[in-house]
Amino acid sequence: MTLTEQIITIAMVVLGTLITRFLPFLVFPAGKPTPKFVQYLGKVLPPAVFGMLIIYCLKNVSVFAGSHGIPELIAIAVTAGLHLWKRQMLLSIAGGTIVYMLLVQLVF
Amino acid sequence: MNNKYLRALRAAFPYTVPIFAGFWFIALTYGVYMNAEGFSFWYPCLMSLTIFAGSMEFVTVGLLLGQFDPVGALLMTLMINARHLFYGISMLDRYRGTGLKKLYLIFGMCDESFSINYTADIPEDVDRGWFMFFVTLLNQLYWVSGATLGGIFGSLISFNTEGLDFVMTAMFVVIFMEQFLKEKNHIPSFLGLGVSLVCLIFFGADRFIIPSMFAILAILSAARLVRRKDGETE
Repeated sequence: MTLTEQIITIAMVVLGTLITRFLPFLVFPAGKPTPKFVQYLGKVLPPAVFGMLIIYCLKNVSVFAGSHGIPELIAIAVTAGLHLWKRQMLLSIAGGTIVYMLLVQLVF
Repeated sequence: MNNKYLRALRAAFPYTVPIFAGFWFIALTYGVYMNAEGFSFWYPCLMSLTIFAGSMEFVTVGLLLGQFDPVGALLMTLMINARHLFYGISMLDRYRGTGLKKLYLIFGMCDESFSINYTADIPEDVDRGWFMFFVTLLNQLYWVSGATLGGIFGSLISFNTEGLDFVMTAMFVVIFMEQFLKEKNHIPSFLGLGVSLVCLIFFGADRFIIPSMFAILAILSAARLVRRKDGETE
């Protein structure tokens, strides 16, 4: 690939990303009232998306091979437990991550 | 005037600390990867600045190494980044009235910036627009600096960071829980987890996001129609 072709390829990726991010704001501009149905989606989509993002993070975990997803399960339980207990975002995230690192480096 | 920016920055920074850890790790990996594939550090630097969509930047390395196919590159980007459409729909109201900053807020709306800006409890004395602006800006700063450093020092990094990338998973677990503890109706939360898991099993790791999005959208739309028929208004 020549430099020009590389630049065009990267520009296409930039364009595609911009479209996915700006499209809703172009279709439903701030000046006009947003349709009720879209407002409803704006309320119910985020919790569903957060669930989807957790699965997205875990998509390469194999239940039938390697460590069978056990370190992930333990670390998520620790993260969730810490969060229910103290409800300190940074503490829960750091605790879960450290437990995970110890598990994959020393145990599994 | 200065105080307004400083207060927003100070309120925003703690929310971005886990992202700093996660982004630096993933962005360094990305820079190292591009370095190993023979690209100068300018590539990860400029690509992380202009694309600013983590997984897509990794995919772009593959595109650059393959045959020249601009239309294919565009279509693949639209597929992989389609989830941003959901973020935009959810942020229509939140980004309203933020002035010119809105353009940057939308440009920088990655998974992490969206999640924080949607769930964060912004203190009343802090300007919402600037808070979200700094969350987005700090996140991009971490990402670009990590990718650039990875590209420069790629071959020198050798401490044991195995498992550090779990910080992103942990962050989304916490964000999911924060949302869960706040909401009255848990059906969308469970739906997101369940539908995505089923789609992952059926379609595999590389192809499950689009079917998941369609299924979530279809079920949530159907749920509203059913409830409307039952005579409930909102």
